[in-house]
Amino acid sequence: MKPTLKRSNAPIFWALFGAGGMLSALLGPMLVFITGLAVPLGWLLPPDTMSYPRMLAFAQNFIGKGFIFAIIALFLWHAAHRIFHSLHDIGIHAGTAAKLLCYGSAMVGTLLAAYALLVIGF
Amino acid sequence: MSESQKTIEIEVLRYHPEKDKEPHKQVFEVPFTDDMSVLQGVQYIKDYLDGSLSFRWSCRMAICGSCGMMINGEPSLSCQTFLRDFYPARVRVEALSHFPIERDLVVNIEGFIEKLESIQPYIIPKEPRTLAQGEYLQTPEQLNAYEQFSSCINCLLCYAACPQFGLNPSFIGPAATALLHRYNVDSRDGGKAERMELVNSEEGVFNCTAVGYCSEVCPKQVDPANAVNQNKTNSAADYFLRFLTPKGGAK
Repeated sequence: MKPTLKRSNAPIFWALFGAGGMLSALLGPMLVFITGLAVPLGWLLPPDTMSYPRMLAFAQNFIGKGFIFAIIALFLWHAAHRIFHSLHDIGIHAGTAAKLLCYGSAMVGTLLAAYALLVIGF
Repeated sequence: MSESQKTIEIEVLRYHPEKDKEPHKQVFEVPFTDDMSVLQGVQYIKDYLDGSLSFRWSCRMAICGSCGMMINGEPSLSCQTFLRDFYPARVRVEALSHFPIERDLVVNIEGFIEKLESIQPYIIPKEPRTLAQGEYLQTPEQLNAYEQFSSCINCLLCYAACPQFGLNPSFIGPAATALLHRYNVDSRDGGKAERMELVNSEEGVFNCTAVGYCSEVCPKQVDPANAVNQNKTNSAADYFLRFLTPKGGAK
């Protein structure tokens, strides 16, 4: 075992997983409430809270852009890591294919989010 | 044996490699009293019913760590698990999960012994020290940092509990990581950099998915899951900061 120790690259994925987990724990339920219940059902918030012009302005603002990007990308990396390791837990020996599929889809989602946020302008 | 003697059924997983193709169960009817442990139950079987039954045991008081078995599917020390807690139902006793069975309830622990050696479970002094310099002094706080993790008795219940070790036996695992941590956080020790190579490796802490069952079954309250997860943080810091610091444990 000793002579062939190879450094694991897991910390990269673990750090993204940890950041996404922290963010989703803190903000996830609140976002579900606002976007899934409060706005569509007209609870607490004014009806035009998530109207197109407002959301466009939010996405064009520098801070809003950063927020949307962090939420989408880190949530995706968190989910990818959790799904990848859950495969392992239920005995599907997650090889390179599963790894590529899980982390690959997070990477694609990250790039798409970055692209969309950039083309929408500032 | 008096008329009123209570008996309990003990189902034992038997395996004799020279004649059995695969492990099979065998049920024994064992007389018991309320103060009898599961270990005493299997000892009764060996003494009076079937002398060929093999199992490890020594101290009978949860100190030696020899008598770990799966009892009704849970990794347990058979000396501190009592038959009365199962009576009148049958008790199922099997060899520890995730280890190759050598014979009956005896498992092959060679893989663990190699891991134990690989973590260098002894103090590696920071610098040579002469007798004239006297003993090492530690504050209660310095003692506190590692004391809990030094209670491990190598009983391997945590390995039988760990689903990740079950899937990947090359994972260094809970007990070895707890002991590794015990020496790394000892103020007298200077071997952390060497041991971190193992923590950071593909056999290291990132095999753990924070299930936590290892700490639940630990008979000595060592909390190996805590040691493993503290070292995920240590390893991640080492991974990202190694380019900034002049000497990391990294290669």
